[in-house]
Amino acid sequence: MNETPGADSFAELKRRQQVTDPHSEVVHFPASEGLSLDSGAVLAPFSVAYKTYGTLNADKSNLVLVCHALTGDQHVANPHPVTGKPGWWETMVGPGKPIDTDRYFVLCPNVIGGCMGSTGPSSMNPETGRPYGPDFPVITLRDMVRAQARLLDHLGVDQVLSVIGGSMGGMQVLEWAATYKERVFSAIPIACAARHSSQNIAFHEVGRQAVMADPDWCGGHYHQEGKSPRKGLAVARMAAHITYLSDRALHTKFGRNLQDREEVTFGFDADFQVESYLRHQGMSFVDRFDANSYLYITRAMDYFDIAADHGGVLANAFAGTKTRFCLISFTSDWLFPTKESREVVHALNAVAANVSFVEIDSNKGHDAFLLHEPELFDTVRGFLSAAARQRGLDETATGA
Amino acid sequence: MDAPVPPPDVKTTDTSRVDLLLIAEMVAPGSRVLDIGCGDGTLLRILSEKHGVDGRGIELSQAGVNQCVAQGLSVIQGDADTDLVHYPDAAFDYAILSRTIQATRNPRHVLEQLLRIGKRVVVSFPNFGHWRVRAQLMFGGRMPQTDNLPESWYNTPNIHLCTIKDFLALCKDMGAKVERGVSLNAYGTKLMSMPLAAQNLFGEQAVFLLSR
Repeated sequence: MNETPGADSFAELKRRQQVTDPHSEVVHFPASEGLSLDSGAVLAPFSVAYKTYGTLNADKSNLVLVCHALTGDQHVANPHPVTGKPGWWETMVGPGKPIDTDRYFVLCPNVIGGCMGSTGPSSMNPETGRPYGPDFPVITLRDMVRAQARLLDHLGVDQVLSVIGGSMGGMQVLEWAATYKERVFSAIPIACAARHSSQNIAFHEVGRQAVMADPDWCGGHYHQEGKSPRKGLAVARMAAHITYLSDRALHTKFGRNLQDREEVTFGFDADFQVESYLRHQGMSFVDRFDANSYLYITRAMDYFDIAADHGGVLANAFAGTKTRFCLISFTSDWLFPTKESREVVHALNAVAANVSFVEIDSNKGHDAFLLHEPELFDTVRGFLSAAARQRGLDETATGA
Repeated sequence: MDAPVPPPDVKTTDTSRVDLLLIAEMVAPGSRVLDIGCGDGTLLRILSEKHGVDGRGIELSQAGVNQCVAQGLSVIQGDADTDLVHYPDAAFDYAILSRTIQATRNPRHVLEQLLRIGKRVVVSFPNFGHWRVRAQLMFGGRMPQTDNLPESWYNTPNIHLCTIKDFLALCKDMGAKVERGVSLNAYGTKLMSMPLAAQNLFGEQAVFLLSR
């Protein structure tokens, strides 16, 4: 990680520009329409940046809400404005894709706490005229979902045809189904859980400590100091990235192969390909993500426990639900193992909800939901079409 | 959406699964149904497309589940022996167990659960009292293998086979009321007027509608 300071200032600049002037639509809610948070604080004013694909039909019944994961953003199916890489779910969303934008109107908001245009710790604190930094209120996934509900109000949409997401996106899907039952016709939570496990909290804490141990974090005020805890955030990403893969995926991809050398060097260079790969993952991540956002969003995930919010009984959260559910998990996902999805299924069964559950055989680990998994595509396509039929959407009509 | 619904893709000449059509006859249109061991979703499709039923399924094999969900059916991966306990009482108008009871570890417990979560229960099973089965054991001295029970003793999933009489004895023992019972011969013809002993001999499979 021999990184020269300033070498990445261009990327840094592009990234920071997204906070105030995102390459997407954005709705600003004035101070008078603040967002009441679980912590008791009120976020006011606040903004929600979002991307849309396809066309909303006349009776506004074809909206598919996509919730992004921890380090995702609203750029689902277009090149990323900072990295220029393809959208994170282009395999899933687009014309003729499982979430067919010729048929559905796809909406993806950036979560609050994020750094791509929705209000987060790098946004301007109206009280100080400087970025919030560590003064940003701690948020929860329910707060994120509330902000999204406000966006739907703004767009005049009462009910979404479906809400879908993987990982933290899937957790938001569950939160949507629990908090706004009547607004969710169908829900597709993928590779997620109804609460963040102790092991997952532990991994997040390692990541946060890495960020905060970087002197350039400056107690969270790095924006004012003109610095950025790039090394700390890169280490956090490296550790997290391992949890998104599987032992087998790593072994298949890298084995014990050496990086551009014939023998080990008896030093601490990246001798192994896997080291080189992780370093690259870490360094490219910091170009597009804000360190404080990473702290706040991981914290929001840690606090997530739907059952705890409903008297300790998960089924209570879904009592009376009419939503059609389709849960999906992956065999090699050890971050959000199938067991966690099955617990949600059991809770939904306990209230006789309409639920489908598919476990997909994959060796790609947690990240499988972002990758080429034909069974995932077939499942989403089939379930969504059936939901659209139930909702009375014309088979052939486009959104127009 | 008002286009006529095409007939479900089931060959009535397929006598091995003619029990599915019989089950579908026993289910009132528009009711809530749980199909346990729904396989590739054939029965659920018949029920939802032809009878306007709100159908759900449980299937043990992951391939079956994924196939069902990709077709838009509401199906979860699960085990009749362990997963029925999660459903509330009387959650469904009908709980259906088609050709699955003989493969459960604890058929009595499963039937108990079915009678709890379904207001009515439909059970179909291959009749081990059929004369071919009896003949194979009697004269061949080998474990029977038939069209309905094609596997060898060492790899069959059917670990709790029973005859029609056995099943009725269990129902009586459990206090389950038999509302209807139909046995089918090898050609898929209903054996309606025969005495029980004859049905137990000539019926290759049986379908029962139960309630508490």
